[in-house]
Amino acid sequence: MTIIDKTADVPAPREAGSDGVPLLEVRDLHVEFHTREGTARAVNGVNYSVSAGETLAVLGESGSGKSVTAQAIMGILDMPPATIPRGEILFHGEDMLKMSGEERRKIRGSRIAMIFQDALSSLNPVLSVGYQLGEMFRVHRALSRKEAKAKAIELMDRVKIPAAAARVGDYPHQFSGGMRQRIMIAMALALEPDLIIADEPTTALDVTVQAQVMELLADLQREFNMGLILITHDLGVVADVADKIAVMYAGRIVETAPVHELYKRPAHPYTRGLLDSIPRLDQKGQELYAIKGLPPNLTSTPPGCAFNPRCPKAQDICRTDIPQLFPVTERDGGELAGRGSACHFWKETIHG
Amino acid sequence: MPDITDKVPAPAAIPPSPSTEDGGGKDTGKAKPERVASMWSDARHDLIRNPIFVVSAIIILFLLVLAAAPGLFTERSPFEKGFCQLSDSASKPSSENWFGFDTLGCDVYTRTIYATRNSIIVGILTTVLTTLVGSLLGMIAGLRGGWLDSVLSRFTEIFFALPLMLGGLLVASIFQTGNVVTVALVLAVLGWPQVFRIMRGAVLANKHNDYVMAAKALGAGTWRIAMRHVLPNAVAPVIVITTINLGVYISAEAALSYLGIGVQSPNISWGLMISDAQSRFLISPHMVLFPSLFLSITVLAFIMLGDAVRDALDPKLR
Repeated sequence: MTIIDKTADVPAPREAGSDGVPLLEVRDLHVEFHTREGTARAVNGVNYSVSAGETLAVLGESGSGKSVTAQAIMGILDMPPATIPRGEILFHGEDMLKMSGEERRKIRGSRIAMIFQDALSSLNPVLSVGYQLGEMFRVHRALSRKEAKAKAIELMDRVKIPAAAARVGDYPHQFSGGMRQRIMIAMALALEPDLIIADEPTTALDVTVQAQVMELLADLQREFNMGLILITHDLGVVADVADKIAVMYAGRIVETAPVHELYKRPAHPYTRGLLDSIPRLDQKGQELYAIKGLPPNLTSTPPGCAFNPRCPKAQDICRTDIPQLFPVTERDGGELAGRGSACHFWKETIHG
Repeated sequence: MPDITDKVPAPAAIPPSPSTEDGGGKDTGKAKPERVASMWSDARHDLIRNPIFVVSAIIILFLLVLAAAPGLFTERSPFEKGFCQLSDSASKPSSENWFGFDTLGCDVYTRTIYATRNSIIVGILTTVLTTLVGSLLGMIAGLRGGWLDSVLSRFTEIFFALPLMLGGLLVASIFQTGNVVTVALVLAVLGWPQVFRIMRGAVLANKHNDYVMAAKALGAGTWRIAMRHVLPNAVAPVIVITTINLGVYISAEAALSYLGIGVQSPNISWGLMISDAQSRFLISPHMVLFPSLFLSITVLAFIMLGDAVRDALDPKLR
């Protein structure tokens, strides 16, 4: 539609890691929560990176540490009880964990922004959406009330909210779920950040609206050439939008792959289990596959590979040695760019 | 697919029925479409239809006029020369002097009217002080948490262990000046922990909401989060309790004055008038009756107002 045709005043695409530095790089990140039941190791050495214009999908079930990683990147973890004993979060090559609170606050919202799962509870019920959108400009850009309102209307237009000018004074509860999520997206986009983290942005929406919201997000990402980290547990959402996928389990990345590679040939039994448990019409009448067992308790993850109690391929070595993220290759040793699997038996899984 | 308008038919269809989108969150059973509103305009709408609110608001308005301009209601002033004539001592109400005279021969009507100002001043001043101190410290305790919260909370518990009257007796007997401001200060010292506790609770209930997290994630600073995102959502219970407390403080002032440690002569107060007249209650009840009546109506009006405000602001009571 017409709203997209504003490419003229959009800044030139940021060079995608021309100096070899990715937009965001997470290195060996650990996050622990000290609780009465002991230390919960929510994130155990996560590594991933995102470049400008790229979409990384972080996939995993509840409690796998995907949201905690995102919150650590944003710097919005409640620091007691959480601690970050090790790791680096490099944004444009600079370690954010070493920055002061004020430096990080200035990055939040203007350079890295976040979209939350439940847009209704993520919008303040007593402030109008126009005010909340305008707040971005007033806090970070010191615009006046009037200018901020004009910007808010422009943003609402951009995320395709009908009759934006008439609805700018409305309150969050007056919008439908899809519209609210659009407003959240507008807030995150307001200052044209380099990176957006979307934490299950479509989970609270119904399926038809899900597709629209993802489409919008992808369009805007292309337009601004932003990096996008998409956190989700929905394999369907990922397939259309993401460039690469990182699958998390019990605070570790167990598999990384370009998106279509992963669907075609998973190299980790957990990923295979996830793909097999998607219901399909052509398997009507058959029993739906499910990964047996439950995700591990993070205060006492099993020794060795955390997935071993649920893994159909588990051997003795899985119960003693924690597998590294092995580079995954073709059967003949040919390189597969961007693929890795933290499984002792990745060869058997992908080729067997 | 660039065209991804939501399933809302057309922009034109929206303005007439904005509330139908998600039920609007209010269910008054009325079919006619009306402006959907925020919590505050909902509350306003509820209040003006509530007879309790209307009655108490009229009474309070009247009392405020009495307090501001007592000269409108009586030609005499209790401070003028020759106001009290001992020859009139304890005269019963008559057509010229509706409320009669007290033991010293002062006109009870004029004194009752003039005493309104002191009661209202004590009530409002105490409320302002307790609200300011209580909500400020409550916000700090709730937002900061940790040791500061523990220290402040334990400190307020000292006050909760002390009954208002007993504490009032204690503190007031230290500063025995007998003027209105001192009485308000004494009551404020004892009253702020209640506001503190409510504000702290409301802040704690709100600070873990997603929108606070979202504001943080979008770069809002601590001050902005406190003032724009936590406070407006936590303020409703504080408004309710302070409205009710205004009446309570007025009656506490009367009680302290009655006991001889609140407002003291030559200042006038309903409590003082009741105290002065109590020994002759059986012989000349009018001396006690009229100030008591004013006191009761005032306290009742504020408590009723607080009740109405609570009904309007607390959706669970609907």
